[in-house]
Amino acid sequence: MNFNLSKEHIMLQQMYKDFAEKEVKPLAEETDEKEQFPVETLEKLKRYGFMGIPFPKKYGGEGGDILAYAMAVEALSKVCASTGVIVSAHTSLCAAPIYEFGTEQQKEKYLIPLAKGEKLGAFGLTEANAGTDASAQQTTAELQGDYYLLNGTKIFITNAGYADIYVIMAMTDKSKGTRGISAFIVEADTEGFTIGKKELKLGIKGSATCELIFENCKIPKENLLGSEGKGFKIAMQTLDGGRIGIASQALGIAEGALEETINYVKERKQFGKPIAAFQNTQFQLADMYTKIEAAKMLVYKAAFHKENKLPYSKEAAMAKLYASEVAMEVTTKAVQLHGGYGYTREYPVERMMRDAKITEIYEGTSEVQKMVISAHLLK
Amino acid sequence: MKIIVCIKQVPDTTEVKLDPKTGTLIRDGVPSIINPDDKSGLEAALQLKDEVGAHVTVLSMGPPQADLALREALAMGADRGILLTDRAFAGADTWATSCTLAAAIKNLEYDLIIAGRQAIDGDTAQVGPQIAEHLNIPQVTYVEDLKLQEDGLLLKRSFEDGYYMVKVKTPCLITTLKEMNEARYMRIGGIFDAYREKEVDIWNLKDIQIETSNIGLQGSPTKVKKAFTKGAKTAGKVYDVAPKEAAERIIEKLKEKFII
Amino acid sequence: MNNKDYKGIWVFAEQRDGEIQKVSLELLGKGRELADILKTKLTAVLLGNDVKKVANELIYYGADEVILVEDKLLNLYVTEPYTKVMTEIIEEKKPEIILLGATAIGRDLAPRVSARIHTGLTADCTSLEIEEETNNLLMTRPAFGGNLLATIICPDHRPQMSTVRPGVMIKLERDEKRGGEIVEYSSKLTPEDFNVEIIEVVKETKEKIKIEEAEILVSGGRGMGNKENFSILEELAKELGGVVSASRAVVDAGWIERDRQVGQTGKTVRPNLYIACGISGAIQHLAGMEESDLIIAVNKNASAPIFEIADLGIVGDINKVIPAVTEEIRQIKGQEK
Repeated sequence: MNFNLSKEHIMLQQMYKDFAEKEVKPLAEETDEKEQFPVETLEKLKRYGFMGIPFPKKYGGEGGDILAYAMAVEALSKVCASTGVIVSAHTSLCAAPIYEFGTEQQKEKYLIPLAKGEKLGAFGLTEANAGTDASAQQTTAELQGDYYLLNGTKIFITNAGYADIYVIMAMTDKSKGTRGISAFIVEADTEGFTIGKKELKLGIKGSATCELIFENCKIPKENLLGSEGKGFKIAMQTLDGGRIGIASQALGIAEGALEETINYVKERKQFGKPIAAFQNTQFQLADMYTKIEAAKMLVYKAAFHKENKLPYSKEAAMAKLYASEVAMEVTTKAVQLHGGYGYTREYPVERMMRDAKITEIYEGTSEVQKMVISAHLLK
Repeated sequence: MKIIVCIKQVPDTTEVKLDPKTGTLIRDGVPSIINPDDKSGLEAALQLKDEVGAHVTVLSMGPPQADLALREALAMGADRGILLTDRAFAGADTWATSCTLAAAIKNLEYDLIIAGRQAIDGDTAQVGPQIAEHLNIPQVTYVEDLKLQEDGLLLKRSFEDGYYMVKVKTPCLITTLKEMNEARYMRIGGIFDAYREKEVDIWNLKDIQIETSNIGLQGSPTKVKKAFTKGAKTAGKVYDVAPKEAAERIIEKLKEKFII
Repeated sequence: MNNKDYKGIWVFAEQRDGEIQKVSLELLGKGRELADILKTKLTAVLLGNDVKKVANELIYYGADEVILVEDKLLNLYVTEPYTKVMTEIIEEKKPEIILLGATAIGRDLAPRVSARIHTGLTADCTSLEIEEETNNLLMTRPAFGGNLLATIICPDHRPQMSTVRPGVMIKLERDEKRGGEIVEYSSKLTPEDFNVEIIEVVKETKEKIKIEEAEILVSGGRGMGNKENFSILEELAKELGGVVSASRAVVDAGWIERDRQVGQTGKTVRPNLYIACGISGAIQHLAGMEESDLIIAVNKNASAPIFEIADLGIVGDINKVIPAVTEEIRQIKGQEK
């Protein structure tokens, strides 16, 4: 067993940190405050290869691996969780399914610009009445000659409005339940496709979350991803991968909160000494750090599994379950250690605590993760 | 166009701390970086690569660990890395260093050599001009801006009180200032390339043509007679008091020294 | 090489537009002291076009002799012609020590000359002494960001060359009664000696702030929080009749111009009063200001290294403490009126 990062990964870590500190961190507060999608950052992310980390060079990617991708989301989320999820949704939920299930032509047309960062990607599964129960899909796709006609509404879609390419789930055969779901690649400017209302959220406010509305939206037949009826499988496998991204995001948020807290407790004085001198503070920090390291092990292990083509569904679920709970716990403690200041926007831990909560919810709630994990145990 | 960029791996001296008790340097855990002036030189070369497809070789003399600095340069986009390393090179002053680097450069083709103005651990600013002298080519130091022209380069050469616009024909050597540009980050795919696709060539003494009397400690006209730390200045009083009282303490001190 | 064949101390008299640079006068002060110890001659070497009129100044500041090389081709500083002339006269006259200012000119010329004549060169010396037994020049310079000092010798090569940063040595009082000789030397330069072409010479017209000449510096670091907060320092500096300077971090962040930077990669200063605000005290910074007569540091971090060298330290919020000081001074001034 080897816990050492490779030379490449050590160098990546340094580059990510440098980039995040200098390019992303200075904008994090404004991104949150103004609920503003960080368009300029996206341009820089593209320039340095953040949008195509785990894909081969022949598809416009960086030729990296899943761990390199997970570490990137972690490093970005450490300073700005909104930026982290933009990369995660783009990579795991849009580019990855096209890479894994797409035809050569689809990869050529869609994966290459996605991996190069020329196009931004998104993923649409959730509906008003189909959350955890993804099989209750109402969106339909009806084959009419060379086209599918897409009708329905998706909600809570990350990167919506800014994305150019969407992977959308829709029922092609309602009678078959989950086996009647198919996946489609939908371009943003397709006629009949509009962006609905933007959600106002507790956290990750810089990430755009909107409705997608399809009204007789004509999708060329060749944009069917995989084959008819494969959509549910594609969605589930995509979410397995996505969970590694979200787990990395959660890990990053927790690390960011710990770092802020360490700086704060050294400076903040009460009763004539820095609060770092009090044992309560010390013990809290020790707990926070230990849990973060444990979460990191799970996240990196899940990445290792996916990279090495080992089963990773359970590993990804455990990583996300644990890392998101750690993120919530660590950020809450961070706010507590900051005291009254922690509750204000003068310190970033307030934002981090708000950002952390979503990691327990999206791409499968903690409860869904427990279902996935226990199903593996009881099979 | 062929460009050679000379880089040095240096300790990030901004991270070097003082032991307040002994006044000595705490070097442990200090990260190694590409010297900032050199990094801007590399960026200038990479911009020329973007512009006209220049081939960029990075050259460094140093211990085997300097491989990391060269890999970083490759990850930023340089095409080839050469590490000049040999126990025989150790202890070199700027004269011996420049002789060694110049000897290595004689094995290579080049139109332009770029070196950073000075390294943050030594601050001498000598190696660049000395390489130029050994190669008998023109030098322009303190370069702040660079434009490629048909028959050479148009350079902005900075002084304390202004600048020259200078035209120079290639081959030549320039030394660059950190202020010249904002060096790019490594590219993610570049990092994988730096380890998986590209190579750092290791050159030892036997790979270059040079008299041993011109290298290392024995080839160095200057010698370190002694090195010492200044020792800590005794600290004055430090008060942790409310702003009003703090202001009074300061005023008191200013009065005591007849400043006000 | 026989070291004994080399005699005399030279100072490269750097001139720009016919004006002798201050650092050269400072070097003449140091050179005078060294020449007296070695019982040898102090020579200033003046290259330029139409600069004869300032040659006497070099004598007034301590030189026994001025080697004057006038040539239209030396009108502007250009590396190769200057190197060529310097090398020629060094080889002819064989000085044992050559001192140059560590300026954008001196640091271009000195390494090129030293490489051509194969001798050692020590950069940015802060102290120059003569070793008694050997008469070697002991050249002490900061290394590794400033706290480590190294004394360098050049035992087997002559001349011993050294550059010295402006503001480190002390010039003598100008004395018109001092006498000396001006020796003219004609260069053999031809236009072919130019391997670069100067297209344009631009003097920066904006008034440069010379923090190294200020007696009071109010200096800001990263702890200032942002660019806007520097106005607090401006106000205090105004009340004290001082100038605002800064650490490298804030210069790099673009909060203030580079010519205000104190430290190893900036300017070396030694004002009567240095107020360090929100400067943690990286050793590069300390190296550039620790010779200040009175150092007051304000920093919210009690363990900041700046407190180690401060005469008075205040742990506190700059944005509260500094305005309070400014206010207090205003009140005192008000009372005086």
